[in-house]
Amino acid sequence: MNQSEFRAALLDPERPLPAGITDPEGRPAPKRFNVYRNNVTASLTEALRKAFPVVHALVGAEFFADMARVHLRAHPPKSPLLMFYGEDMPAFLEGFDPVRHLGYLPDVARLELAIRHSYHAADACPMRRELFASISPDRLMSARVRFTPPTRLLRSRWPIRSIWAANVLGENPPKAAAAEDVLIVRPEFDPEPVLLPNGAGDFIAALMEGAQLSEALDRAPEMDLTAALTILVGRRVIAEIAAGDAT
Amino acid sequence: MLDQGSRRRLPTSPGIGYKPQHISNILEHPGPVEWLEIHAENYMGAGGRPIAQLRHLAERFPISVHGVGLSIGGEAPLDRDHLDRLKHLLNWLNPASFSEHLAWSTHGAEFLNDLLPLPYTNATLARVARHIDQVQECLGRQMLLENPSVYVELTGSALDEIDFLVELARRTGCGLLLDVNNVYVSSTNRRTDPQDYITRFPHDLVKEIHLGGHDEDRDDTDQPFLIDAHGSEVVDPVWQLYARTIELGGAKPTLIEWDNDVPDWPVLAAEAARAARILDRVKA
Repeated sequence: MNQSEFRAALLDPERPLPAGITDPEGRPAPKRFNVYRNNVTASLTEALRKAFPVVHALVGAEFFADMARVHLRAHPPKSPLLMFYGEDMPAFLEGFDPVRHLGYLPDVARLELAIRHSYHAADACPMRRELFASISPDRLMSARVRFTPPTRLLRSRWPIRSIWAANVLGENPPKAAAAEDVLIVRPEFDPEPVLLPNGAGDFIAALMEGAQLSEALDRAPEMDLTAALTILVGRRVIAEIAAGDAT
Repeated sequence: MLDQGSRRRLPTSPGIGYKPQHISNILEHPGPVEWLEIHAENYMGAGGRPIAQLRHLAERFPISVHGVGLSIGGEAPLDRDHLDRLKHLLNWLNPASFSEHLAWSTHGAEFLNDLLPLPYTNATLARVARHIDQVQECLGRQMLLENPSVYVELTGSALDEIDFLVELARRTGCGLLLDVNNVYVSSTNRRTDPQDYITRFPHDLVKEIHLGGHDEDRDDTDQPFLIDAHGSEVVDPVWQLYARTIELGGAKPTLIEWDNDVPDWPVLAAEAARAARILDRVKA
């Protein structure tokens, strides 16, 4: 037996037992070998269930287990850090025929992945609120913003925040398939997806790409600036404002 | 960074596999539990609650770091990135102990998340010794290697498991972690005598003991077959083997390992108390 043969049989239940695996009397022992198959399948299914609780709730336990089996055989973990396992899930869901009618499912999986990455991200040192007032308005317009490590922006043509909240917080399910932009904030240890007002997704995306504040504002002409700033300042997602030169 | 100068040793008393749901019990009523073991891979994120809790616990308790992802028995070279992550964790945490398994779990770029079996041959011995050398050199500390749960016989496996472990320790200077439940599981599955295994084991090399529960099943020929599951209480025959181990080797840091269907704290504390009573017999 070499490890390639072992691995191939491990992830493919149709394959016969690799040669050279027996019981103590030297007889082939497929049931014994299945302990490894079961351990891998059960532990990775459980990892995916914990990673995607909302996807799990949306499709149901039985369907999720079958889907996880297909997924884990096609996409085994690429790292021993199982806390991040499932990064291929959104793309997998896009191509998985049995859920093609659930168009929002890949983006819900993206939201759950982003929440997990936020949970494990480096701790934030948000900028003190007093400091915002100390930057003169003209310097502020040419400033660039650095966000705290747990902060994530998710943009979807589906109401992903509402779907998430319906399943996790018990809020009413969304009535329309409206697009939603979501900012994941982590005040201390628990990430929270915050629904962004219209245009704020364009604005924050520009800032995250390193645009100056004035450029970011140009990209979001319809945005309610007060509402956007209330979230950015109030939720303490800004690590630093690198003030530009006075014009 | 914690104090590097005073690396604590694991006390020769019961420890517990740390689960976040028990943090307030552990801080308020640790009872017989004097140290904690964590799985290295769960604390390799950049920050957040897991790291903050671990920092807090490490101020109160000696910590043992138990790796499940290094794939020391892998045919391929060790994953440098993973070794670097491990070094980073051990550097800031400065735990009392680091241990890993005699097994493989990575193949190519894939992590298979199980402890997979190795044939005991001279070629395997040379490869595993090379990997242990590399780990200990990179980490700048001794590591402990754990005996596996055996489910199958591998054709070509010629060396005795204990001889294999002793030779690894001789070549690399690593210590051993004796999992008494694994001894019981392997002996049942291989139809050998667990008492004999414990009697022959090199107890002077053992720096830590694991105790855990297993599941009962039947093999291909309907004979008793055990699966290491870490989801239930330690059974009486394993407690008896443990008592024999302590008689032969003296008091050792002893971990209650319960990873699946994790019970409420009092159940774990009772298991730890049972280990403490056995340890007290030789300490007295």
